[in-house]
Amino acid sequence: MITSKDKIQAVEQFAEKVVEVEGRSLWQDARRRFFSNHAAVSSLIILLLITAIALLGPLFSQWNYDDIDWEALSDISTLGRPNIENSHYFGTDTLGRDIFVRTMQGGQISLLVGIMGSIVAIVIGTLYGAASGYIGGRVDSVMMRFLEILNSFPFMFFVIILMTLFGRHIFLIFVAIGAISWLDMARIVRGQTLSLKNKEYIEAAYACGVSTPKIILRHIVPNVLGIVVVYATLLVPNMILLESFISFLGLGVQEPMTSWGALISEGAQNMEIAIWQLAWPLGFLVVTLFCFNFLGDGLRDALDPKDR
Amino acid sequence: MLTFIAKRILEAIPTLLILITVSFFLMHSAPGSPFSSERALPPEVLANINAKYHLDEPVINQYFYYLGGLLQGDLGPSFRYKDFTINELIGQSFPVSAEIGIWSFLVALIIGVGCGIIAALRQNSWLDYSVMGFANLGIVLPNFVLAPLCILFFSIYNQWLPPGGWNGGAWPYLVMPVIAMSTSYIAQIARITRGSMIETMHSNFIRTARAKGLPKYRIIFQHALRPAMLPVISYLGPAFVGIVTGSVIVDVYFGTGGIGQHFINGALNRDYSMVMGVTILVGTLTILFNAIVDILYAVIDPKIRY
Repeated sequence: MITSKDKIQAVEQFAEKVVEVEGRSLWQDARRRFFSNHAAVSSLIILLLITAIALLGPLFSQWNYDDIDWEALSDISTLGRPNIENSHYFGTDTLGRDIFVRTMQGGQISLLVGIMGSIVAIVIGTLYGAASGYIGGRVDSVMMRFLEILNSFPFMFFVIILMTLFGRHIFLIFVAIGAISWLDMARIVRGQTLSLKNKEYIEAAYACGVSTPKIILRHIVPNVLGIVVVYATLLVPNMILLESFISFLGLGVQEPMTSWGALISEGAQNMEIAIWQLAWPLGFLVVTLFCFNFLGDGLRDALDPKDR
Repeated sequence: MLTFIAKRILEAIPTLLILITVSFFLMHSAPGSPFSSERALPPEVLANINAKYHLDEPVINQYFYYLGGLLQGDLGPSFRYKDFTINELIGQSFPVSAEIGIWSFLVALIIGVGCGIIAALRQNSWLDYSVMGFANLGIVLPNFVLAPLCILFFSIYNQWLPPGGWNGGAWPYLVMPVIAMSTSYIAQIARITRGSMIETMHSNFIRTARAKGLPKYRIIFQHALRPAMLPVISYLGPAFVGIVTGSVIVDVYFGTGGIGQHFINGALNRDYSMVMGVTILVGTLTILFNAIVDILYAVIDPKIRY
């Protein structure tokens, strides 16, 4: 075939001018979908605000979370009211401690427990599910059987037993809560892994002699990350709820530290005379849970469009 | 089908055994004993008591004593409530928890499914939005938040209902516990029902039913409801567990004298046999309920064959 030189040149010049069409990755698509979801974006902003207040708020108050205001202690129902002048913005509790600072400090604990617990659950659940799904065969059925057995345990009762055994150590709360919440995560990840397992790139990796743990970590896990992120966001509010539940029973964090659940429990005892002790932590808890739910729904719509 | 049911029940036995073993050793590894108190007993008396309850023997022996008793249906004596056996205590308190639980469950199921169906049939109307708004609110309002709010509203601001107690299960004592327990399940069930109902109403066989000219109520109740219920049924297992767990809060908060109170007190006081008894009871119920849900699923869904 004869092609004249100038024609080739023309084609080359044309090719230079054409702007390359950029492929959009899954994550770019997801980001665009997420940011067009107003409820989810405003939830994210509110959550960031709450986190910022919880972290920085105590700096703007003259009180510490364990300081007792002896003056207010004399008459909680009038002097302990929310009041800007004596700098108890949210009022005081029955011991004369500042509710604003305590709510913020409780928020730190609650958010920390929520996030740390979710991380524990995600790490265990993802690895367990991916391993079970990828290895398959007898290993898979044994691992799934084990999951089923665990699933029929009344776990809340176990957590309560654990809390009474090992004392109220905050670190243990994360581990205990995280360790019981990975079951659903493992099942979801396993399902995803089963469908990924037969993809060409996994086969290629296998053919190149990549070891099984490496295939799971480098090839399977990154590809199930989308769904993991969604469920992680939905896990966080559950974790916060669980922690509050335990704290409400008086088994959570150790005094004088506190968490939203513990504050609600204390506030509920005095709600007849001092409603603000219940109202503030309750408001923060409910708004946070609300936002996490909306955020999770938004992320699910963004990352997992078929599951609507 | 029968073999499936039998298999499902047989599978429960090893699960239950593991549950008993784990909780037994966990509980017995706790520091302190049921008889350690502020005022120390004379050592001879303590030794006698320990000998009576086999507490002086190795834990493994205690385990077999306990299993032996359990096989005869004996959950052992309470270490805290003098002169009571665990069987008696659970026999007293379980009916209370069961009554609250069953009512909450029924309320959650009926209202939840009803709301879900209405929301699905009037999709994107104000009715749909208000039902779903309520559902979102219900999910984030946990029972331990609802309980004090209920008391505040029904007992303190308006003296409509007694703030606590049980009184043999008279209905005024039942209302607030049931509200506190069922709200979040109403919300979840409504959400699930709405989703699956919308999907079902868009499927081909519903279009066929419509084309045949069936009246709307028959389409909904005869054709759409059954497949739409499948996700709801699979949610019932977790919901049941949640309601049992939630009963702990309700018992503690409303002082209904149910099983949760005994569990919490037992765990705090190292009342080994009480904690074990409640854990075994709840575990058995959980396993049983999961099995029932599986069986129901097989009955309702012709695609599943065992």
